[in-house]
Amino acid sequence: MLLKDKSLNLKQFSLILFSLLFLVACHSRIPPEALKLDSESLQKRQLQTRVFQTNDEAKVLAACSALLQDLGFNIEESESELGVIVGSKDRSAVSAGKVVGSLLLGVLTGVYVPWDKNQKMRTCVVTKPSGEEKKNIAVRVTFQRIVWNTQNQITIREGLTDPEMYKEFFDKLSKSLFLEANEAF
Amino acid sequence: MKHFNITKFSVAIFILFLIVGCASTQKQLLDSDASQLQLRSIQSRAFDTTDKEKTLRAIIATLQDLGFVIDKADATLGSVTATKLDRYALRMTVTVRPRGDKQLLVRANAQYELTPVDDPEPYQHFFAALQKAMFLAAHNVD
Repeated sequence: MLLKDKSLNLKQFSLILFSLLFLVACHSRIPPEALKLDSESLQKRQLQTRVFQTNDEAKVLAACSALLQDLGFNIEESESELGVIVGSKDRSAVSAGKVVGSLLLGVLTGVYVPWDKNQKMRTCVVTKPSGEEKKNIAVRVTFQRIVWNTQNQITIREGLTDPEMYKEFFDKLSKSLFLEANEAF
Repeated sequence: MKHFNITKFSVAIFILFLIVGCASTQKQLLDSDASQLQLRSIQSRAFDTTDKEKTLRAIIATLQDLGFVIDKADATLGSVTATKLDRYALRMTVTVRPRGDKQLLVRANAQYELTPVDDPEPYQHFFAALQKAMFLAAHNVD
């Protein structure tokens, strides 16, 4: 009986082997569509882009940089020749509901259940002359975030696509451009 | 005969780990299992233009279209690095340098999670998107 418990049949053996290989194998494959333009690409571009009627790229870039500071981002990288500003900020990712849920589950199961703690939010603003005679400046902004839980494991990695975020950003950029133009501050 | 005992099972697992287990540090550092020449041709395309700034701006726009957020850009060096987060992490560096007097060579290399991307297909997709943004054909280089 004891011997029988210690032995595995071929099916169990294969299953364990398969899971182990899956875990150990170094080569995870890139999803085939990862670098492919899809139907949503254009839609996202429209959502993330606004065109301003000016040909002064430096002025628009300065307004973007000031706006990122207004929004609490630290500038990580910039290349004004290419119209690129990169910013990031670290914020809390704690939500009261999730903490209570994790604690309850922890009490019920007797196992520590981690909850989301920190997040790094990243943004990149790119300006580009646009229009037929390059008389306008297009501004495109993109956001993404990484979330860590209380055990410092990454739980979320995503691009942020909520239209409201972009709308608010561009509303503020219009204001920032206005302020820059008038040198109010 | 259909039954294995634990000892045999453990030995089998140990051997498998040896076979499947990850590469040595040197192999990881220099990615020495990929053919250098083949990789170059997979990752490079030539464009009939000498406008480096325009090409870099098209690369940035293409990366944004593909859902990347730019990490770094350098006009002098002619390089752009960007990261895409979509449950996975995909990091890409694209460089531009002159090829003869009439062309620019664009080279892209990508890293998916912890592995280099050496399949031709993702790069084909990338250059297909880039040539649309450039309004120029991407030529294969040998």
